[in-house]
Amino acid sequence: MAKRRNRPIVSASTLKNTFDRRSMVVGSIQGGIGVLLAARMGYLAIAENEKYRLESESNRVNLTLIPPRRGWILDRNGAPLASNRADFRVDLIPERLKDADETIDQIGELLELNPNRIADLKREVSQVSGFQPVEVASGLNYEQFAALSVRLPDMQGVVPQRGFSRFYPTGPSVGHLVGYVGPANAEEYDEEERNPLLITPGYKIGKDGLEKQFEQALRGEPGARRVEVTASGRIIRDLETREDVQGNPVKLTIDGPLQDYAARRIGLESGSVVVMDCQTGDLLCMASMPSFDPNSFSDGIGSVEYSMLREDERVPLRNKVLKGLYPPGSTVKPMHCMAFLKEGVRPDETIICGGGRRIGNRFFNCWSNHGVVDMAKAIYQSCDSYFYHFAQQVGFDKVAAMAKGLGLGQEFELPVTSQFYGTVPNAEWKLNKFEREWQPFDTVNASIGQGYYLASPLQLAVMSARLATGKVLNPRLVLDGAVTDPLSYNFKDDEINYIRQAMSDVVNGPGTAGRGRLPFPDIKMAGKTGTAQVVSLNISDGRTGPWKFRDHGLFTFFAPLENPRYAGAVVIEHGGGSGAAYPIARDVMTFMFDPAKGLEALNALEKQWGGTAQERLDAKYESYAAERGASVTRPPRRDEDIFDRVEAEARVAAQQSEEIADEFVAPRPLATPSGAPTPAPDSASPATPGPAQ
Amino acid sequence: MNRANSIIPEPIARQPWPMLIPLFLLVLFGAAVLYSAAGGSMQPFASSHLFRFGVFLLMAAVITSFPRELVRFLTYPAYVIVLLLLVAVEIMGTLGGGSQRWIDLGFMVLQPSELMKPVIVVVLAHFYSSLPVGLITSWRALLVPAGLILAPMALVLMQPDLGTSLAIAFGGAVVMLLAGLPMRWFIGGGIAAVVAAPLAFFFALEEYQQRRVMTLFDPESDPLGAGYHIAQSKIAIGSGGIVGKGFNNGSQSHLQYLPEPHTDFVFATMAEEWGLIGGIFVIGIFAIILRWGTRVALASRDRFSSLLAAGMVATIFFYIAVNLMMVMGMAPVVGIPLPFMSHGGSSMMTNMICIGALMMVNRWNRNAPRGGLTS
Repeated sequence: MAKRRNRPIVSASTLKNTFDRRSMVVGSIQGGIGVLLAARMGYLAIAENEKYRLESESNRVNLTLIPPRRGWILDRNGAPLASNRADFRVDLIPERLKDADETIDQIGELLELNPNRIADLKREVSQVSGFQPVEVASGLNYEQFAALSVRLPDMQGVVPQRGFSRFYPTGPSVGHLVGYVGPANAEEYDEEERNPLLITPGYKIGKDGLEKQFEQALRGEPGARRVEVTASGRIIRDLETREDVQGNPVKLTIDGPLQDYAARRIGLESGSVVVMDCQTGDLLCMASMPSFDPNSFSDGIGSVEYSMLREDERVPLRNKVLKGLYPPGSTVKPMHCMAFLKEGVRPDETIICGGGRRIGNRFFNCWSNHGVVDMAKAIYQSCDSYFYHFAQQVGFDKVAAMAKGLGLGQEFELPVTSQFYGTVPNAEWKLNKFEREWQPFDTVNASIGQGYYLASPLQLAVMSARLATGKVLNPRLVLDGAVTDPLSYNFKDDEINYIRQAMSDVVNGPGTAGRGRLPFPDIKMAGKTGTAQVVSLNISDGRTGPWKFRDHGLFTFFAPLENPRYAGAVVIEHGGGSGAAYPIARDVMTFMFDPAKGLEALNALEKQWGGTAQERLDAKYESYAAERGASVTRPPRRDEDIFDRVEAEARVAAQQSEEIADEFVAPRPLATPSGAPTPAPDSASPATPGPAQ
Repeated sequence: MNRANSIIPEPIARQPWPMLIPLFLLVLFGAAVLYSAAGGSMQPFASSHLFRFGVFLLMAAVITSFPRELVRFLTYPAYVIVLLLLVAVEIMGTLGGGSQRWIDLGFMVLQPSELMKPVIVVVLAHFYSSLPVGLITSWRALLVPAGLILAPMALVLMQPDLGTSLAIAFGGAVVMLLAGLPMRWFIGGGIAAVVAAPLAFFFALEEYQQRRVMTLFDPESDPLGAGYHIAQSKIAIGSGGIVGKGFNNGSQSHLQYLPEPHTDFVFATMAEEWGLIGGIFVIGIFAIILRWGTRVALASRDRFSSLLAAGMVATIFFYIAVNLMMVMGMAPVVGIPLPFMSHGGSSMMTNMICIGALMMVNRWNRNAPRGGLTS
């Protein structure tokens, strides 16, 4: 070859030689690359074919979940308390928005949203994680929906669709009981292992109450729509659609119309009504007012709405049936009598009430001077002295045991997010909690349901039902098959009858709730009034002055007298005495036996109050929004925070009466523990005022 | 082919049909793929593809008829004119405020950088064929051609068009290699390139080009950005399987997942619908064409023609290899179309100039006495 010496001899023929040689090499390399390319293609097309075919399919086919229609929540007769309504809705997917603020402004203009809502939306979009859909509006009419749909190409991340939204026909009446639904937040999404359903626009999960408790049962199976899409997301055609499977209905023991009636009957007051079935323990009504409208919560809790609800001292966000704790006051007296009977006190044993009674070496006032008092009179006239005396005689521990046996201080097996179980005080409890000995005045306080005693309206209703029937009735909220016959307390029939009669006399005889008579000749309601003081006598007279210092009004009841069918409790916070409570019980029971008659009474009242609960809530929102508009406090980002806060405040509120419990809670002289008629809103009452007390 | 006894007229019979027939098949196949890429329509790609091929085939026929002396005479002026055009687009781009690669001639849009690819081959072939034989190992044999290559490369890089400047460099380098420059210079140059590559990567490349290179090593790093093109292309090719999804049934191209389904990624569009069989067909035809070109180069008896032919083959090869490697995820996305299949006038023109030049050399070979010595 050419390389013989340092400097090879170059000639035309060596160059030609080199050219040929190098051409062959270059050609071979080219051929090699050709073979390599063919092999690479063979590898992609054969060995990895499966993988790429799948990827190509997942490119081509877009799977969208169809949110399942949520199961209905039904009352005991099958009427919906929560149903679904077909509607048009719009959601935003924040991570797909190009210019969030501008897009929201555009939508706001198209849909004529008010400025508060637009501000809320902007804040929400900037706060949520990008994949979480944010609901703009639901319940759009077709024109709005169409107007938005045609502008879609310019508005990425805006998802208008047909769907279903949750609908609560009776709105605020069931707010606390049923709860509400809302889009899942980031924590809930992570908790469910990033279930894609939770971030499907338009999908809501239960956020509170029964909606939350029965989330899994109500949820159903999502449907799916397979569509062919282009890279830019334009849908070419539908390939396949699988329908969703609606969630299972949950049937409650609640009587829908009764629940609504009771909630509306509470009127302008703040309180709760619980009604139980005396044969099964079925809860027929758990009304707590004022409340929120769960319909308006489902697209998120607006700033203005939240601010209005928060500032209301009647705490519309608190479910008072379960989380309102009140000193039960005189409503525990029949139950205490049952404890005395158990301990051998005869009903005809009497004491002298001289406007009070000496216990140990101290004189404790009664609210009035009752003279000679036996057990019946102690109940229907609500004489405190009688209870001071016999509670001291049998020992309060015995009484407390009866109270616990009948449901006070007890937590019930109910599908609720939380319930407070209150306090039945005794010596051991006081020592544990305050490291102080039990004093005679503690017995005195507790014997009339004051002091450290705390009970929820639900517990009072259960107590009432158990006392009226002598059976261990457990409250039941879900109608799931027959109940087994409840156990008996083995009270003697004549003991039960005695107490029933005395409680009947409270209403139908010379008792403290004379205006509580049912407007039926053949059906009698029995009950017991109660007034719970929350501050000491020198701060407030309990009936006037600041709302926060007024007495709670309570009433426990059952009907009919001879064969109790329904029992319940009404608690009106700061109602100024039991006169605020028992007319409500009377009307609720009237409605129970004769709906037309009950509604007649209610309609007259609502005319004075300015509409139904829903109408008043809407009107209040309007004026509040107009007045306060922009200067509202922001709601916490997570709904859980809202309700955690509400619950914490409920606990604090329950302690209000404890502050005065460390001393004898002197009953208000001549004011009635059982409530003389107050200027309470029951002027439509057909009954005559009770006898002088 | 037996020319004397053929019933086919001699001017037709003497054409290089073993190359031309596969080429026609490939162009027709390309038109079919473009028909599908347009969503099952001759407009706008397939018809203009065929029309341009017709026009540039005529141009190739004209080139074929050029005599050797004319080509040699025109070589340097052509180089200077194309270089001036490159400068012109650069100036127009600067004045117009932005990068510009073409000159609008009214009847067509001309990319001077495309013309430079065949011209650099011709000019180097001319230089080496006129270089005295003994000087091939001298520095002069290296420095002048290096200057000839670097000047247009620099101008094209400024556009910036990395793919085309590499194509110019590749064509030039192959001619230098075949001209017989000492091997050690290439080895040294190779080492220098290895050293320079990282420097070039960090200092010479635009940010988007860097991203494309990085994506090659880690395609998952940015699946919706730079890696998207390659990923979608691989999906198209891989999902085609052996026989493909069928004509007009490619979902990747029809649903616009594949970027540029009618130009740079036309091979992926084809592979999705025709599968491995279509791919082997295309690669096979390229092999036939390049092998014919290499044979023309080897059969040339003078240095100018052999270097010219080999350089043209290398230029076509560079297009094919880089494009196919790119669509199969073995090279960065550099924007080089696939010869005879991609829709686009400039690349069709360049490749047909190369084909024309090869046919021209083939004609010279036929006319030159076999075994003739140097020119």
